[in-house]
Amino acid sequence: MNLIMTDTFAIELTDIDKRFGAVHANNKVCLQVKRGNIHGIVGENGAGKSTLMSILYGFYQADAGQIDVLGETYTFTDSHQAIAAGIGMVHQHFMLVENFTVLENVILGCEGGALLADGLAAARKELTRLGDEYGLKVDLDTTIDQLSVGLQQRVEILKALYKGAKILILDEPTGVLTPQETEELFRIFNALKQQGVTIMLITHKLREIMSITDQVSVMRAGQMVAHRDTQDTSREELAELMVGRKVLLQVDKKPANIRAPLMKVKRLTVADSQGINRLKDVSFELRAGEVLGVAGVSGNGQTELLEALSGITPMTSGSIEVLGFEMDAKNPLTPDRLRELGLAHVPEDRHRMGLIVDFSASESALLGYHTDPKVNSGIWLSNSKVEANCQALMTAFDVRPADPQLKSANFSGGNQQKLILAREMERNPDVLLIGQPTRGVDIGAIEFIHQRIIDMRDAGKAVLLVSVELDEIMSVSDRIIVLCDGEISGRINTADADERTLGMMMANALDPIDPLQTMDDQQAFSKQESNQVSSQVASQENKL
Amino acid sequence: MNRDTRITWINRLLLPLLNILTAFAATAVVFWLIDVNPIEAAQVLIYGAFGYKEGIGYTIYYTTNFIFTGLAVAVAFHAGLFNIGGEGQAYVGGLGAGLVILFLDPTLGAWVFIPASIIGALLFGGLWALIPAYLQAYRGSHIVITTIMFNFLAASLMVYLMVHVLREVGQMTPQSELFPTNAWMPFVHDVAAGFGYSIEASPLNLSVLLALLCAILVWFFLWQTRWGYAIRATGKNGTAAVYGGIKPKRIIIVAMCISGALAGLVSVNELVGYQHRLIMDFHLGYGFGGIAVALMGRNHPVGIIVAALLFGTLYQGGAELAFEMSGISRDIVVVMQGLVILFCGALEYMYRPWLIRSLAPVNKQEVLVGAAA
Amino acid sequence: MSDVFLTLLLTLDATLRVSAPLVLAAMAGLFAERSGVVDIGLEGKMLASAFAAASVAAVVGSPWAGLGVAIIVSCGFAMLHGFATITHRGDQIVSGVAINILVGGLTIILGLAWFHQGGLTPALNNESRFLSITLPYAQQLAFIPVLGPIYKELISGHNILVYLAFGVVPMVWWVVFRTRFGLRLRAVGENPKAVDTAGLSVIKLRYKALLVGGVLCGIAGAYISTAHNAQFTRDMTAGQGYIALAALIFGKWRPLTVMLACLLFGFLDALAVRLQGVVIPGIGEIPVQFIEAAPYLLTVILLAGFIGRAIPPKASGKAYLKER
Repeated sequence: MNLIMTDTFAIELTDIDKRFGAVHANNKVCLQVKRGNIHGIVGENGAGKSTLMSILYGFYQADAGQIDVLGETYTFTDSHQAIAAGIGMVHQHFMLVENFTVLENVILGCEGGALLADGLAAARKELTRLGDEYGLKVDLDTTIDQLSVGLQQRVEILKALYKGAKILILDEPTGVLTPQETEELFRIFNALKQQGVTIMLITHKLREIMSITDQVSVMRAGQMVAHRDTQDTSREELAELMVGRKVLLQVDKKPANIRAPLMKVKRLTVADSQGINRLKDVSFELRAGEVLGVAGVSGNGQTELLEALSGITPMTSGSIEVLGFEMDAKNPLTPDRLRELGLAHVPEDRHRMGLIVDFSASESALLGYHTDPKVNSGIWLSNSKVEANCQALMTAFDVRPADPQLKSANFSGGNQQKLILAREMERNPDVLLIGQPTRGVDIGAIEFIHQRIIDMRDAGKAVLLVSVELDEIMSVSDRIIVLCDGEISGRINTADADERTLGMMMANALDPIDPLQTMDDQQAFSKQESNQVSSQVASQENKL
Repeated sequence: MNRDTRITWINRLLLPLLNILTAFAATAVVFWLIDVNPIEAAQVLIYGAFGYKEGIGYTIYYTTNFIFTGLAVAVAFHAGLFNIGGEGQAYVGGLGAGLVILFLDPTLGAWVFIPASIIGALLFGGLWALIPAYLQAYRGSHIVITTIMFNFLAASLMVYLMVHVLREVGQMTPQSELFPTNAWMPFVHDVAAGFGYSIEASPLNLSVLLALLCAILVWFFLWQTRWGYAIRATGKNGTAAVYGGIKPKRIIIVAMCISGALAGLVSVNELVGYQHRLIMDFHLGYGFGGIAVALMGRNHPVGIIVAALLFGTLYQGGAELAFEMSGISRDIVVVMQGLVILFCGALEYMYRPWLIRSLAPVNKQEVLVGAAA
Repeated sequence: MSDVFLTLLLTLDATLRVSAPLVLAAMAGLFAERSGVVDIGLEGKMLASAFAAASVAAVVGSPWAGLGVAIIVSCGFAMLHGFATITHRGDQIVSGVAINILVGGLTIILGLAWFHQGGLTPALNNESRFLSITLPYAQQLAFIPVLGPIYKELISGHNILVYLAFGVVPMVWWVVFRTRFGLRLRAVGENPKAVDTAGLSVIKLRYKALLVGGVLCGIAGAYISTAHNAQFTRDMTAGQGYIALAALIFGKWRPLTVMLACLLFGFLDALAVRLQGVVIPGIGEIPVQFIEAAPYLLTVILLAGFIGRAIPPKASGKAYLKER
């Protein structure tokens, strides 16, 4: 075990290629991992890291390419073969059976006989040994649902080691851990490394890469873009490589005429169904006449932010004041009520939420507004008015083909997105929340969409723009906040921002800031303009 | 035709058609198993259903029941719910219709009795669906299991009431006293006679018009009102519906109550229209048959009317078949219902991978274009 | 007093007989649902195998031949359910309903064509049935107070399938909780992805579970037509498959508690028969229907979370799809 051979590679991937339908998830990816090293793989969500690891683990089959493990070439058709070749994987979402004990989880798939008794006894012995050797202590007879997330992860590592893993892949292992648990995990990594285990660490946290890995590879948009020895690189360089440089799109933009805040978010916290906080103490103000950009690597709380602000996801604590109305955990406002007040929302994921793919375009263009008296006369929802409304939206936003009766699924991504934007923007809302407005949209449409957002701003509306595209954030927004791990890790005026700074903020590599600090800065401003807010509110009420 | 259009056509037309054909073919296999020539049987069946005037009356009479339950299942389906409790809702609906009639002053006119009995059936059927709906929406109990349980609860409740409470005085058979004639839904042959046309007597009554009216109302409700929009949005994409400000709990309650009320109307055709008293087990098989009708009719009122007519035909023709040929009974209809549910429901997508592979293969070129767009 | 004791014994005796098919069917459902496949088709599989058993026993003259064919038929429908829901990822409820309705019609149609007795199968003589077995010394030991009558009336005098049904329960417990198959079965119903990433086939495991369920359902059906009764009659399972499903929920998917739930529901059934027309002092006549409805009512109340919570295997009802 202690024999560390650095002359050969633990893993050699050559020209791995994988498509999911139209998505090219891995494009001729090559990777070499030295034996006994800790090798980091960084990249944004959707860069293809997880797909690559799933291929290495035999969970998916590559369309093309070669896999060598410890000097031998393999074609894995299922995970069993990868396990046999010495690969172990700790998934981002743990693959544990919650009502099983630790011991039962570990032996699943390698029970050592038709009856459990012997296998359990043998496993208990082996696990105690592994626990001693690597400092991986965990009570073997507790059920998983009784364990903390950190301990559950330990069980996953034990599972892999018990199955004889020489190479351990960990997918975003620290995403759910506390700093103390992370430290403990890194101690275990070092113990494993001492014993000759090769570790592949997939993450987007640059601080961790710098502190624990020996080598690091960077993925972007399905391709491997760089390999570095960790000691020869820096967080700044990695951030740049991860985000990449793109052609800066030009948007014609007058200086912003920022006025009173229309939305005040105070210490907003949102927990998911497992009780894990996805948003922590987020506070900011969104003012009339500005575009506030929310930057960040995807999966850092952007979805939760949008859904909490639009009343879809209940908040755990904190409060939101929107257009003069207050909502908090006890007194939520529903999505339909917020819409009546003048808040519109373009969701991040158009297929999951933005439209109903089985509906016709005109029906999808009605989502959220089906109670509007403009299309309802008494009990009758007038289809001709619905279609006329859709036709008007299609004309205004140049949706093609301009056929309201066509099924929503049959439009291209860009046209679906334009339809949703049209639906939300043409009602002239006062506050507009937009998530990933140009994801999967062609260049021409991007420019058009950006211009519409700027028009909204110039018309004195408040726009919150969530995007993982730094380019987009920088060219459209006036101010930027950065989300990392559910917290605001940076606030900056666009005029002062560059990609490097934002990249550092996204990786939370700058000094932590007080979440309430900027709030205080804005206090005086809000008071000064408060009469303007009330007039806004008054006009809102007249509308209803 | 590009690939998208071709796939649309496969899903909309080819797949349903193939599924129904498979169900028919499987039925033919059953005929063959019992040594009956399927073509001959089909001829007898069709003669029985349409060959003579009385037969047509019966066929439409049975069709009426299937329209009600088919619509009931479809409304729930559109909300993404599987209402398997049509049997119980139809049965309890009968109780509603019967109680209203039995408790009203028998001297009242038909214009009071008929609407009142319809309302009774609607209310009781809806109520029997409301409880499982409430439990699903607010307590998270699985609606399929609770509606099954409610079928049995309905059966027990009805037996108890029929035996102990509603039985006609001095009679052994558990059935209520005869409804006053004012409360009878007029027979079609009587109405026709009033207009000077002579039609063979059959159980066919004006409930069939009620069924057609319901089909139109369901169509109007689902596709021409904001509530129908909300129901369909919830059924197609619950997350998007919540985004759109629709409240899923309310949708569950509303859709299930409408579904139950429609199932309850079976009793108007059966009891108010033909039996003219509250009897036991008048509902048997129609609730489950509604599932087949809805699946085959693609949950659209027009499709449901067509499918209901098919099952009505089978039901009446099956009786003729049993009469003409020994060794067969109208249970062949039940077999066919099962096969339709199997092939149009559970195995709905059996042919799809094959159809798409052979008729709309993935074209590398198109994929690349799609990725760029 | 001894009269009351004897009545109680006879009621319990009937309880065992009524519960036996429930136990078998519920165990079948347990395997299916533990693997993540909801099996509403228990009723249909029981009915199909009841018909198969009675038909074959009548023609061949052996209850064992009937039992064998019943098991084969039941497994055939279990595989159909698997084909629809595992291979083609069809809706599990719709598939189960289809099987129940299909069988309801098919048994009558085939019975009519084969036997020409209005859908019934020929009445079975004693040679073609499973008969009661008198255990050794039942008569001789009857004089012993309390234990004697218990042995003679309650324990002795059942047919072999009753003993089998109750013998199956500890076996199911052992298989589910003490064997490799059981471990994988439980895992695949809770978190199929964990099973898949461990290199095991979710599909194969679920098919196996349905097959075991098919065997048990086949025995249950054969019991109904060739042990408890002596011929097949229309819809003779009369909702017992659904009661078994209710017992499965009531017993929270654990073999021993599920058996107790079956015994409770069986007891209510036996009680209902015994209380028919009996006037109880101070209460009057209890309507039989109320007792008959109790299993359904209890299950609804349990499902609503008013008495404890019934949490099904997490992945049950969902087809497994390796998603991106």
